[in-house]
Amino acid sequence: MIHLSHWDLALSALLVLLLAFLSGRLQRQLRNQILVAALRTTVQLLLIGLILKWLFDIAHPAFIGLISLVMLTVAGREVMVRQGRRLTGWWSFGVGTFSMFLSSFAVTLFALWVIIGNQPWYAPQYAIPLLGMLLGNTMNGISIAMDRLTQSAWQQRQQIEGRLMLGATATEAICDLKREAARSGLIPIINAMAAAGLVSLPGMMTGQILAGAEPVEAVKYQIMIMFLISVGTGLGTLASLALVSRRLFDERHRLRLDRLHVANDDRRAS
Amino acid sequence: MSHSSELFRVQGLAVGEIGPLDLALQPGECVGLSGASGSGKSRLLRALADLDPHAGQMWLDGDPAAALMPWEWRRRVALLPAESAWWHDTVGPHFPDAPADAALAALGFEPAVMDWRIDRLSSGEKQRLALLRVLTLRPRVLLLDEPTANLDRDNAGRAEALIRAYLDESGAGAIWVGHDQAQLQKVAVRCYRVEADGAVRQDRAA
Repeated sequence: MIHLSHWDLALSALLVLLLAFLSGRLQRQLRNQILVAALRTTVQLLLIGLILKWLFDIAHPAFIGLISLVMLTVAGREVMVRQGRRLTGWWSFGVGTFSMFLSSFAVTLFALWVIIGNQPWYAPQYAIPLLGMLLGNTMNGISIAMDRLTQSAWQQRQQIEGRLMLGATATEAICDLKREAARSGLIPIINAMAAAGLVSLPGMMTGQILAGAEPVEAVKYQIMIMFLISVGTGLGTLASLALVSRRLFDERHRLRLDRLHVANDDRRAS
Repeated sequence: MSHSSELFRVQGLAVGEIGPLDLALQPGECVGLSGASGSGKSRLLRALADLDPHAGQMWLDGDPAAALMPWEWRRRVALLPAESAWWHDTVGPHFPDAPADAALAALGFEPAVMDWRIDRLSSGEKQRLALLRVLTLRPRVLLLDEPTANLDRDNAGRAEALIRAYLDESGAGAIWVGHDQAQLQKVAVRCYRVEADGAVRQDRAA
């Protein structure tokens, strides 16, 4: 594997600066967002590189559990800030985090125990990257679906209450909106599976090949990951939608839009 | 605590600053509710249909509201909002049960109206169809929020007659929110008024 020098990284950073300059002429805010995001990528990835190196050396389950929790919390916060109208109180963070915990952790544990079966099962070389990929993807699905459901409930209040007035239950009244939200949460992973290999070469597989792995072996891993990601995203999205739609109604099946914050236009695009 | 023939009783109903509202309906009775725009008449109707959290208690046919599932309550104490909601492409799928041809004819529609497209309906047609739709629930109490506001004089008269006929035939009651005092005097046995401070008072008989 060919090592990258600092100069190689600096060259690609120069390209990002060029992009920031060009988009800054359109909108200054966009330029700042690009620069901040690029800086975050650099710092965060360098840090996680150091942490992983340290973690691989120690390989103590307590530290692996701790870093998993940190990853989960950050992902939960990320879901929360991407919501246009998020649930009030701890609900937005809680629903997102709980759904990701449920799906990502369950699927990762299943992969480690049943499919890969390495010794020990928590070996961080497998556990952390798997969990990371699952969290990253379920995070996208969940935040898109939750955002879609709360936005459409807000906009289509008349329709939802119109159904309630005709004697529909809360579940019946929000059923269509929930279905649409599930669709938008799952479309990215469906597209990724459909286009894999034809349009895009998925990142993990590409990484393994660059590192000198046998392509067919890398492909097998990638297929498994794709399946795990789609299951994790699907379960997480459905769980979060079930929780959000329950929270949108009270015990007398009234639509409670007062449980949503007013519009948050500063949210980052997901 | 309620009279044996009593249909509907409301005690201390309040939403926010509005109320309290106390009233009782006998079978077939229609009462009016008026007040300036923004005084909270619609919010009271929403609370009566249990669509908003509220203080106070309600009984239907002697049963407290809490004894009925919320969707049962809303089928029996049915709200016709000022602006009706439509979500399918055509009229037909919005109806829990197909309306009788006679009811359609009473509001000037032919049975083919069920295939009409929603985006081609006028506001008056929507209002008349929404009235037919809520009547197919066969509610015990009708909550009418300005049910003839978008109708011309002829259609308003037909709507009034249809509602009156339904109340007489089924023994249901109605609470009619309106601006037109002359109309309220005609359709209602007594009237309540929401004052600027949110208090609800019964109008002295005119």
